[in-house]
Amino acid sequence: MRRDIALRRTLGVHGVRAALVAAWLVSWEVSARHWIDPFYYSMPSKIWDRLAGWFTDGTSQGSIWEQISYTLQEAVAGFALGAAGGVVLGVLLGRGRFLSDVCAPFIKAVNAIPRIILASLFIIWFGLGMQSKIATAFVLVFFAVFFNAFQGAREVDRNLVNNARILGAGRLQVLWTIVVPSATSWILASLHSAFGFAIIGAIVGEYTGADKGLGLLINHSQGTFDAAGIYAGMIIITVLALLAEWLLTLLEGRLLRWRPAAAGHDVQI
Amino acid sequence: MTKPPPSQSPPSQPPPSEPGAGPVIELDGATKRFRSAGGVHTAVRDLHLSVGPGEFVALVGPTGCGKSTTLSLVSGLEPASEGRVLVHGREVDGIPDGVGYMFQNDAVMPWRTVLDNVAAGPRYRGASRRDARERARGWVARVGLTGFESYYPHQLSGGMRKRAALAQTLVNEPSVMLMDEPFSALDVQTRGLMQDELLRLWSGSGAAVVFVTHDLEEALVLADRVVVMTAGPATVKSVFAVPLDRPRDAEEIRLTGEFLDVYREVWDSLRDEVQITRERGAGDAA
Repeated sequence: MRRDIALRRTLGVHGVRAALVAAWLVSWEVSARHWIDPFYYSMPSKIWDRLAGWFTDGTSQGSIWEQISYTLQEAVAGFALGAAGGVVLGVLLGRGRFLSDVCAPFIKAVNAIPRIILASLFIIWFGLGMQSKIATAFVLVFFAVFFNAFQGAREVDRNLVNNARILGAGRLQVLWTIVVPSATSWILASLHSAFGFAIIGAIVGEYTGADKGLGLLINHSQGTFDAAGIYAGMIIITVLALLAEWLLTLLEGRLLRWRPAAAGHDVQI
Repeated sequence: MTKPPPSQSPPSQPPPSEPGAGPVIELDGATKRFRSAGGVHTAVRDLHLSVGPGEFVALVGPTGCGKSTTLSLVSGLEPASEGRVLVHGREVDGIPDGVGYMFQNDAVMPWRTVLDNVAAGPRYRGASRRDARERARGWVARVGLTGFESYYPHQLSGGMRKRAALAQTLVNEPSVMLMDEPFSALDVQTRGLMQDELLRLWSGSGAAVVFVTHDLEEALVLADRVVVMTAGPATVKSVFAVPLDRPRDAEEIRLTGEFLDVYREVWDSLRDEVQITRERGAGDAA
């Protein structure tokens, strides 16, 4: 009985969602055909044609897969480097009072910089290739992860640390068996938004100046007043981000198996 | 920094508690002050206390008087501001060998299974994963958690978590056990059960125990000697021997006449301190 009700509820939720999407697309399509100018606002059928064209005939910059893989490589590299750097530095500063006192004003200052502007600087430093995009993604990811790792390392239960010390743990053992695991849920929480930042970094970098990638494609679409192309690029990036989100959720589920189910089932928006 | 040398790890640990040897724990005029926002706060002052090998001593006193501070001095987690603290005849400087400490709040690692939690001590002290797990398995069984080795702490009841914490402490075979109101969060029935378990595990271990509690009944059920502490800053007010035979049954012993006699005697001493603390509390609230 209860399962029936639950099943019907899920079906209902999905049904209404599908109906909402359909209503939105249809109303867009219809109004673009009758009232608004599809040149500026485009319409679902055109976007679909553009997407299909990209995947079958390729883009103005070459194969769409090449663009996707280029952007993904930049995002993943920036993400991995930024996350690793953020975790290591965050945990170290979170535990070391002296070091964190010394670094606090610098970190605040660097964090206050509108970091996206650094993308322009990185183009000058590293050129139009991948490195400049990786650098941009790195900077965005690093700070997102760093602050969470820092906070996580700070908020470690003193009881747990004392207990480990009594049980015989040395400093490194406390760091590795107590601090890192208890900061993990903080760190993982930040990784979700961090991958989004990595993609933003890569795209903005490409947008600023590149020879390949989805950002370049979008920039090119903008240059040719091709609204459908901008939408199509947006859709591809959204799908990529959702896939990455899904992978991270899997990873989180694995690493945080020990958590009570209720806390692991936070509503994700 | 305070990690004992790996050579310490083999089974039987520091100086075995030989009868007739000197006291295991000695507090000699120990005082602890904390610097706090409102100035300097004295938690304990001029403590004199010695605990012999294999002796079970309970510290009772009004809530918040500084009983826990006493334990942190003995465990080396906090250095004394004045006076001397000796464990096994050596001045405490860092965490002394052979000390086990059970905290008031759960200190089991939520990300480790029961077995790996219990194996933590031997692992920290340099045992191989296999040896550590082997020893842990034995202690998990001894505290009655067989079958729950692969459970995570959040899947256990409060009482079972305490059992896991007890095994985690005992696996190191401490010669000094410090216990800070370990059972205060449990319901009354579970608490009685855990007291019995503790007595069972302690008997024959030869470990000296210092058990902090605000519950006089618990103190009398468990201890050989009860130390009444004054309202904070705490110092020793009076010491009572508990003339009850062992082995004791935690549930039944409370009902005997002897128990009530000691209870009355100790309570007479403790009552004033509780009264003082209450009045202070009322003053703060006003």
